Amino acid sequence: MSLVGARVLRKEDPNLITGNGQYVDDLQPAGCTSMVFVRSTEAHAKIRSIDTAEALALPGVLAVWTSANIAQLANCPGGLPGLDQPLLAKDVVRFVGEGVAVVVATDRYIAADAAELIVVDYEPLPAVASLSAAMAPGAVVLHEVLGGNTVHFQDFENPLDEVFAAAPRTASLHIVNNRCAPTPIEPNVCLADWGRSGLTLWAAFQAPHHLRNTIAQYFGIPQDSTRVVAPDVGGGFGAKINFVPEFFLTALLSKEIGKPVKYTQTRSECLVAMLHGRAQEHDASVAFDNDGRILALKLTVTQDQGAYPNGTGMGLPVLTTAMAAGCYRIPAVAISWRNVVTNTTPVAAYRGAGRPEASYTIERLIDLIADETGVDPVEVRRRNFIPVDAFPYATHSPLAMYDSGNFAGALDELLKHVNYEELKKEQEKRRQDPAAKLLGIGFASWLEIAGFGPPGSLEAFGHLASWESAQVRIQPDGSAIIFTGASPHGQGTVTTYAQIAADELGIDFDRISVKHGDTAVVPQGIGTMGSRAVAVGGEGVKTASGRVYENAKRIAAHLLEASAEDIVIEDEKFFVKGTPARSVPWSEVAWKSFQPLELPGGMEPGALDSTVFQQVPNFSFPSGAYCCVVEIDRETGAVNIVNMYLVDDCGTVINPLLVEGQVHGGVAQGIAQALYEHMLYDPSGVPRTSTLMDYLVPAASDLPGYITGRINTPNPSNTLGAKGVGESGSVGAPPAVVNAVVDALSHLGVKHIDMPVTPIKVWNILEGAK
Amino acid sequence: MIPAQFDYVEATSVADAIRLLAEHGDEAKLLAGGHSLIPLMKLRLVTPATLIDVTHIKELSYIKEDGNNIVIGALTRHRDVELSELVKKHLPLVAHVAGEVGDPQVRNRGTIGGSLVHGDPAADLPAAALATGATMVVVGQNGERRIAAQDFFIDFLETAVQPGEILTAIEFPKHTNAGWAYEKFVRRAMDYAIVGVALQLGSQPGVALVNMSNKPHLAESASQAIAKGAAISDVLAVINNNTNPPEDLNATVEYRQHLARVLTQRAFATASK
Repeated sequence: MSLVGARVLRKEDPNLITGNGQYVDDLQPAGCTSMVFVRSTEAHAKIRSIDTAEALALPGVLAVWTSANIAQLANCPGGLPGLDQPLLAKDVVRFVGEGVAVVVATDRYIAADAAELIVVDYEPLPAVASLSAAMAPGAVVLHEVLGGNTVHFQDFENPLDEVFAAAPRTASLHIVNNRCAPTPIEPNVCLADWGRSGLTLWAAFQAPHHLRNTIAQYFGIPQDSTRVVAPDVGGGFGAKINFVPEFFLTALLSKEIGKPVKYTQTRSECLVAMLHGRAQEHDASVAFDNDGRILALKLTVTQDQGAYPNGTGMGLPVLTTAMAAGCYRIPAVAISWRNVVTNTTPVAAYRGAGRPEASYTIERLIDLIADETGVDPVEVRRRNFIPVDAFPYATHSPLAMYDSGNFAGALDELLKHVNYEELKKEQEKRRQDPAAKLLGIGFASWLEIAGFGPPGSLEAFGHLASWESAQVRIQPDGSAIIFTGASPHGQGTVTTYAQIAADELGIDFDRISVKHGDTAVVPQGIGTMGSRAVAVGGEGVKTASGRVYENAKRIAAHLLEASAEDIVIEDEKFFVKGTPARSVPWSEVAWKSFQPLELPGGMEPGALDSTVFQQVPNFSFPSGAYCCVVEIDRETGAVNIVNMYLVDDCGTVINPLLVEGQVHGGVAQGIAQALYEHMLYDPSGVPRTSTLMDYLVPAASDLPGYITGRINTPNPSNTLGAKGVGESGSVGAPPAVVNAVVDALSHLGVKHIDMPVTPIKVWNILEGAK
Repeated sequence: MIPAQFDYVEATSVADAIRLLAEHGDEAKLLAGGHSLIPLMKLRLVTPATLIDVTHIKELSYIKEDGNNIVIGALTRHRDVELSELVKKHLPLVAHVAGEVGDPQVRNRGTIGGSLVHGDPAADLPAAALATGATMVVVGQNGERRIAAQDFFIDFLETAVQPGEILTAIEFPKHTNAGWAYEKFVRRAMDYAIVGVALQLGSQPGVALVNMSNKPHLAESASQAIAKGAAISDVLAVINNNTNPPEDLNATVEYRQHLARVLTQRAFATASK
């Protein structure tokens, strides 16, 4: 029986659900000390002075550092040269939450008490807390070296003026893609121990080798004695691939005081110090004919980079503009983008990283075209889809060479679940009844770029390479340990990799372990991000397992005095095809694989070890069709999701349970962005949503049930056929939800509502229409 | 997230708690369920020198029938109020509102007395106490005081409980077989109300509003109109009298007043069924 495709329960869960997981904060080595930050309360200010005397005098305090103590240190890696964030603010603070000083004490309570005794004298400067403020003439400049607040501007190659002028119809939208705080359940946590034998850093991180390589380079120490461990990690959503000052500060403080130093971010700090996501504004125009066929698309993305532009953040508008056309054949596409700094938390990857922004805008535009032409939104999609026979399909972007897809097929499958005609009748009926709640039906045919991947793709974000490593090591009893450079933090990789390996090796699922997250154990690695763990890392597990299996067959053939080509396996027993009575078990093959006298000629012990650095030729392109049905309370403006229909095409499914879990979680975050979450700043740069009372992360009770379906267009870039599914829901859900809300209100002339769609926004629209 | 240093003492009885309050003075805070106090301490918005833990005073956790009243001990957990057959029969509004506080974890720790003495205008239970005409029983060194709910709430997070006093019980007049409703408008199920309306019909009707003023708010004009049997439109016309609603990310003053009218109308429809 094949395990790929089976609903196997997660190997990870028994530990996690019984409280036996081991996160960084659970580690308490002997002599462990605690570091606490003093963070800026000002959005933009000069630091006149920092008085640390009282803090230093508090019993139990071991060190108090400001920028003066680390003047020789380079700025935090990951930024742009000259615009990068100091580990601790030097003369100027540029956002609320920026680190100004740190305290290390024997325990966290003393450290927090001491931090409160530190007096920072600020001289406030004018702040720019929004894109419009940062780009206004005469705006205060954050980084003098820039001469303004634009970091980079990429203009249109051809603004398509003639196409738009000649088009039968055009329409435009200004779209705000709301800033979100990733808010994983585990915030940033790290623990550094820099002793005589080297530096070990335990960190809640998604890419431990990347961090190991960077931190060794930063301190000028060799990688062999620099170890990074990411043990159990409680979610990351892209925020835990960023280098943050605490990694470098805890390390150096540990060396300085000769004790382990731990930093555990508080929930409040996490909202302002962990890097944010989204924060884009789009100016989008489409040209189309009277039948709703798109003739041209023009998109300008303005990306809020926060106070210190980050390499990943700079990549966001690149990904957004690459995917601007979604799953549609658009004859002419013009893209432009601008990166701008503001006095806010820096912005980087957040589940989907640039692709949710793209799918949201193109799907809003499709509904706008439907609204303008009177052609049904489903039909507008059908008329513009890239057809199944058009792949591989070259887009306007060299990044996005679509290799496969069946967008009409996904929509067909979706409509089997949605009773669309009945819903439309019901919608009309309710519009006539002033006591009834309004009904809205929203579609999203979404497409994203994932499976990061092909050579060069991650190097562009500062990684060593774009492959993923897999090492399969057969133990003498015939069990297997798999070492992966992927670094799971909730994905269930330990389970899916064991499923893949079980099929390839013929070893029982229960006798396969997967190890990850420790640079002293895993040969090399890249990490888990961009929906790549299965599409790249899982493919590596398959390749390495296949190589091991071929050698195992040769040993079995030798023992059975047969030819390797004739050997098959069942229930962990090798035998010659057709004669199962005479067999040799995996355990014997494994045992003898270590004994030179038992091996076939030319084979050496260790033949059942295989390490692969798996490369893939292209990105993957997960897609799907979602439909959201909402009700709107006419009196209060409250939006309620009645149903959410989800058809995903993630290619081959390794484990349906985990795919559903990823889709549910991604859709939850998509709904959160559409209806709940918005990191807001007042004009002076003070965050208005700095606690979870104001920054509304929805809970299970706030979310609907989901009806999930699937089609399968295999990924041609790997032999598994899997594309990745981690970010899908967050790409597909926001446009489906907002399209449904706009549909419910379209009879009032509503063309667009910015996210999050709050009750008061809807109520104001309903009042305005009276 | 990391509270400032404080001392911790445990009170074994009401008398002991009063003695400890006198001993530690203004710098002391009583700790019951802790679900309002501890978050404020973790944010260092409140830094008491001493916490007097009263949770082990068994004599303050009870629900009993006393003639025309149901009396609830101040340390009774929300979950016990929510599930009490006695409360459900005679004070269904109170039982229901107790079940609307936070989430199950909060309801299993938080206490009715703790919620009332916190005096948060956005909390659920003060509105239920106001709408049902409850009386607070407060004990201090000078003995016992009984304070009507409408005189109990003074200002934002401020009640009539004086330094050295402790709320011991809440007496609710029975509202057996009378109509009632609680309408709570939230964005997330476990949030504080953006606006809430607690409505008690029957012989002693009352309507109270959540998050519509600087303190838990009894809508007196509306309550009087209901007592006189006024039409719903007349009640709605005065429901926002004397309110002073806050403005925040979720609502403007205008929107809150609108919601108060909508929710009151809905409460009437439910309560009259």
